Amino acid sequence: MFCEKVIELIRELHRMSDGQLPAFNEDGLRQVLQEMEALYEQNQTDVNEAKSEGRADLIPSIKLRHCCLLRNQRCVTAYCYDRLLRIRSLRWEYGSVLPANVRFHMCAEEVQWFSQYKKSLASFMRSLGGGEGLDLTQDMKPPKSLYIEVRCLKDHGEFEIDDGTVILLKKNSQHFLPRWKCEQLIRQGVLEHVVS
Amino acid sequence: MSDALSDDGGGDVNQDDTQEDVMTPAELIAKLEEAWLNEKFSPELLENKSEVVECVMEQLSHMDANLQRVKKGDAKASIHRMEIDRIRFVLSSYLRSRLHKIEKFFPHVLEREKSRGEGDPSLLSPEEFAFAKEYYANTETYLKAVALKRMPPNLQTVDMLKAVPEPGLDSFVFLRVKERQENILVEPETDDQREYIVDLEEGSQHLMRYRTIAPLVSSGAVQLI
Repeated sequence: MFCEKVIELIRELHRMSDGQLPAFNEDGLRQVLQEMEALYEQNQTDVNEAKSEGRADLIPSIKLRHCCLLRNQRCVTAYCYDRLLRIRSLRWEYGSVLPANVRFHMCAEEVQWFSQYKKSLASFMRSLGGGEGLDLTQDMKPPKSLYIEVRCLKDHGEFEIDDGTVILLKKNSQHFLPRWKCEQLIRQGVLEHVVS
Repeated sequence: MSDALSDDGGGDVNQDDTQEDVMTPAELIAKLEEAWLNEKFSPELLENKSEVVECVMEQLSHMDANLQRVKKGDAKASIHRMEIDRIRFVLSSYLRSRLHKIEKFFPHVLEREKSRGEGDPSLLSPEEFAFAKEYYANTETYLKAVALKRMPPNLQTVDMLKAVPEPGLDSFVFLRVKERQENILVEPETDDQREYIVDLEEGSQHLMRYRTIAPLVSSGAVQLI
């Protein structure tokens, strides 16, 4: 059956739970593109035949193949676009540097898209408020208190807070830190918010 | 939260735009909150409020500078810090939801920007417009590079306007009426209903389709909640 391979691509994304990025299925994509090429060539020959010999009976099959082509195109773009949206939300989650295992799942074009997106977003945030700049990836949740209790999940090294004090983030140590400084680290999994 | 931010009593938030220069901070914050809620709950992108954003940012850095001068350990300082944090959250959240809508509906947003008349106010601030254009170009390049250019010649373009979903203007929103409205025409939802007319009393709350009251949101006569 036509279009089955492309549905498999879409299913693959659909099966992943929210926001997860499976490896780019280059192989599956190539198969779909091959199918499209075959369909297109067959259509070309049939169109020529229909024109030169006036065979109207070929028209329905041409139409069917064309519909399959359109469907393939639509599904492939949906596959790519959905991956973009996932990559986009990774930017908001992890900051501008993606963890290696995620990068490993992206194809070269996606990496390029990501770095361009990063750039656009950064220049947008810099230009806010007449060039003053505001980091929109901070303050994701409404603030409840100024300081929060956090526990270190892994060694992160030294960390400077606003008033210039430097603290050492060591695994399993607990700290009482300004919330706005550690939001990012919590999302990266370095710190854990201790809710007592 | 709004109590903490705007405890000026009966500050009128619906002042003329010409009087903006004399707006008190509390009024400014009220304006920001209004824009924030509307933006958060409306399905489509609303007109940009870049002058409010700029004023708030100015205010924030002003407050920040003041706080630097306060000596350490002052109880008042931490209360002000908290206030700064809250305002900054509202501001970021507002800009974030705008950005999210721009990314979600980028072809439609740019299309509206293109078809906008000379004197009409722009939906997008200049920065947002630059971002939307870049986003569009970037996404188009990506789709071309990864798949489209390897497709048969007649299938190498995608109509972004058709491919990307439009904002769902028919979704329902909660709203509070700020100025009394008469003769609002509610269109039928199904074939066996008829259109009818409602009056919206000041202070009353409703659940309506966004499309019906969209002009009232942009004029500020109703507030989405």
